Amino acid sequence: MKPKNQRLVLVAAALAAVLAAVLLAMWGLRDRASYFYTPADIAAGKAQQGQAMRLGGMVEQGSISHLADGVTIRFVVTDGKANTPVLYRGIVPDLFREGSGAVAEGRLENGTFVADTILAKHDERYMPPQLGNLAAEHKAGKTLEK
Amino acid sequence: MIAETGLAALWLAAGLAAIQFVLMIAALRTETEVSRAMRSIAVLQGVLTLIAFAMLIIVFARSDMSVALVFENSNSAKPFIYKVAGAWGNHEGSMLMWVTILAVAGAFLGLLAHRTGERTLLAALGAQAVLALGFYAFLLFASNPFARMWPAPPDGQGLNPLLQDPGLAFHPPTLYLGYVGLSVAFSLAVGALLTGEVDSRLARAMRPWVLAAWILLTLGITAGSYWAYYELGWGGYWFWDPVENASLMPWLAATALLHSINVLAARGALKAWTMMLAVIAFSMSMVGTFLVRSGILTSVHAFAIDPQRGTFLLALLAIYVGAAFVLFAWRGAVLKEGAPFELVSRESGLVINNLILSVILGVVFVGTLYPLFVEAVSGEKLSVGAPYFNAVAGPLALLLAALVGIGPLLAWRRERRPVLKKLPIPALLGATALAITIILWPQMNMLPRVGFMIAAYLAAASLLPLIGRNPLRAPFATWGMVVAHFGIAVALLGMAANAAFTVERLAIAQPGDILSVGPWQVQLQSVVPTAGQNFTAVEAELRATRGGDIITLSPQTRYFSDPPTATNESAIRTFWNGQLYTVVGKQDVSGAWQLRLWWKPFVTLIWAGGALIALGGALALVGRRFRFSFFRRREKADWRRERYA
Repeated sequence: MKPKNQRLVLVAAALAAVLAAVLLAMWGLRDRASYFYTPADIAAGKAQQGQAMRLGGMVEQGSISHLADGVTIRFVVTDGKANTPVLYRGIVPDLFREGSGAVAEGRLENGTFVADTILAKHDERYMPPQLGNLAAEHKAGKTLEK
Repeated sequence: MIAETGLAALWLAAGLAAIQFVLMIAALRTETEVSRAMRSIAVLQGVLTLIAFAMLIIVFARSDMSVALVFENSNSAKPFIYKVAGAWGNHEGSMLMWVTILAVAGAFLGLLAHRTGERTLLAALGAQAVLALGFYAFLLFASNPFARMWPAPPDGQGLNPLLQDPGLAFHPPTLYLGYVGLSVAFSLAVGALLTGEVDSRLARAMRPWVLAAWILLTLGITAGSYWAYYELGWGGYWFWDPVENASLMPWLAATALLHSINVLAARGALKAWTMMLAVIAFSMSMVGTFLVRSGILTSVHAFAIDPQRGTFLLALLAIYVGAAFVLFAWRGAVLKEGAPFELVSRESGLVINNLILSVILGVVFVGTLYPLFVEAVSGEKLSVGAPYFNAVAGPLALLLAALVGIGPLLAWRRERRPVLKKLPIPALLGATALAITIILWPQMNMLPRVGFMIAAYLAAASLLPLIGRNPLRAPFATWGMVVAHFGIAVALLGMAANAAFTVERLAIAQPGDILSVGPWQVQLQSVVPTAGQNFTAVEAELRATRGGDIITLSPQTRYFSDPPTATNESAIRTFWNGQLYTVVGKQDVSGAWQLRLWWKPFVTLIWAGGALIALGGALALVGRRFRFSFFRRREKADWRRERYA
C-alpha cells in the first residue's frame, strides 16, 4: 500500500471508530438509560411499568414497615404532591430513615416501586442534587409549620 | 508561618512557570541558549511545589485548626496516619497534590530527557509550564489550600469516615501519578508537533512516561476496585460509577497509546495517530479530574460541591484540549507519512487494538457524560449505569480480549505465514471451556459463558510468543507483554466466575441461628458493642464451617460522630477458591440481626489479573530502560531488538 493511501485508510478507520462508538452508544442509551422520576411524575403516568428508573423523594413519616422475613421493608416516598409505595429487600443504608431524602433504583410493578438498590447516603449533609430543591422546599415547609 | 510558607512557594512556582513559558517562545523563535535555564527552572518549580505540599502535610499532621482546610476536613482525635492522608483527601489538598506531581514530572522531564531533539524538549517543557500555570491559577484563585480562619476554632469537623481507610492513603496518589504522568506524553506530543520532530526517537522518549503512568493507573484502578468492594459492603467490584469511569477513560486511552507508541518507536509509522492518542489520553485525565473535582456528579466519591470551581476547571479543560486539537489540525497534516505496512501485519493488529479501545472509550465517554449533558440542556434527570455499560462495552471488551491472543504473533510490516495455525491448543481450550459451561450450567448468562471461553483460550494464547524460542532469552519487554496479556485472561476468569457462581444470602438471624451460603454454614454467635479511636461499633461474631474448615469473622457497623455517619465494615475471608464476604446490618424489632452473606468463587482473580497486568507493564518498563533479558547475550543495536522482539 502506498503511504498516501495508507494514511487515507487510517483516517477513514479512525472516523469509522468514532462513528461506531456514537452509534453504539445511542443504541445502548435508547433503552438502558434510567430516568429519574418523582412520585408526582409517576402519578402523572410519565413512567412506564417495568422500565428501569430511579425514584427520588422523602420517606414519609410513619410509613416504614417490616415484613415477616426481617429483611424486606415497605415504605412510602412522597414529594408533597403524590405518594409512591416502595418495596425493598436488603440492608438499607444507615442514614435511611423516615422524614429524610432517599433515591431508589428499580422498576414499577403494578403501582409499587420494587427497588433493587437504595442509594447510599453516607453523610447526613449529603443530598442528591436531584433532590436539592425538594429538600429545600421541605425544610421551608417545616419551618413555616413551626 | 507554615501555611504562609506553602502559599509563598506556590506563588513563586507559578512565577517560574510563567518565565518557563516565555523562554520556550524565545527558544523556538530565536534558538537562543536558554535550554539550560529552562531545565533548571523546571527543576526549581518542582522543588517549590514539593515544599508547598510538605507544608500542607505539616499543618494537617499538627492539626493546625487555624487553617480553614484542616478545620473542615480533619479532627484532632483522628489516628495520625489519617491526619496525614487527610491532606489530600479533600478538594484543595488533592488539587495541590495534582499540581505538585505535574511540576515534579516537569522537573524530571528536564533532568532525564536526552532522547528527543533539544528543540522538542524545550517546547515540551514550555507546554508543561502552560499546563502547570493553569492549575496554579486554579489553586491560587479558586481553591487556596492555605487560607486561614480567625479566630481558630477549637477542633475540626472531621473526615468522611469512608475515607478513613488505608486505601485512601495510596489510592488517590496512585491515580494522580498516573493522570499526571500522561501530561508529559501530552507535552512531548505538543512539543513534537510544534517542531515537527515526530519520529521514533520521540516515541522512545515518551514511552517510559506512558508506561509508568499506565502501570500506576492500572494499579490505581485495581486498588480502587478492591477498596469499593470491601469498604462499601455491596459486594460488587465495579459499579460503573462516573468517578470510576473517570479513571477508566484515561486508562483506555493510555492503553491504546501504549500500543501505538511501539509502532512509532519500532517502525516510525502511525505518527499523527500516536500524537492524537497522546493528546486524548491527557485530555481524558483532565476530564476525569473535572468530573471528580468539580462536584458535577453525585456519587459516593464526589464530595466537593462548588459550581465556581467547576466552571474554572471546565474552562481550563476547554482551553488545553481545544488548543491541542487546533495544533494537531494545523501541524498533524504536514507530518511526513510513516513507513508503510500491509493489511496483515503487527502494525495492523495494533491499529485494530487501538480502534476497539477507542470505540470502548467513546462508549464509556458518552455513557458517562450523556446524563450531565441531558440535564444541562433539558433539565431532565437520568442515570446511565451497569445495564448500558455491560451491554455495550462488554462484548467489545470480549472481542478485544479474543484478538489479544493473535496480535503478538504477527510480524512487523507484513505477515505471510498462516498465523492462525499456531492457535489449535488455545482454540481447543476455549471450546472445552464453552462445552463445560453448556453441559454443567445450562442456565448461565451469555456474557460469563463467553468470558470463560475467551479466558481459557487467551490464557494459553498469551503464552505463545514465548514458545518456540528459549523463553529465558526473550527480552523483558516480551515477557512484560506476555504477563500483561495473561493477566487479562486471569481477570476475565475472575469476572466470569463472580458473575456466574456468586451465591448470596440475605436473612435475619438470632444469636445461635445458622444460615447456609454456598458450601458454608454460618452461625451467628453473638453481637457485641465495641469501639475504636474515634468511633463506636456493633460487631457480629460469626462462625463459618465448610467440611473441616472452621473460621470466625467479625463484620461491624461503625458509628462516627464527627461527622455523624455510619459505615458497614465487611468481614472477608479469602480462600484459594473464593471469598466468604459477610456484612452485618440492623437489628429488627424482634432483636434479630440482618446478615448479608456472599460466597464468591474465584473473585480474587479479578484483582490478581489487574496486578499481573501492572506487573507486565513494570517488566516492559525495566526491560526497555535497561535492555535486560534473563541472560544477556549480545548487545544488539536498539532498532534490531525492537524490530524482532
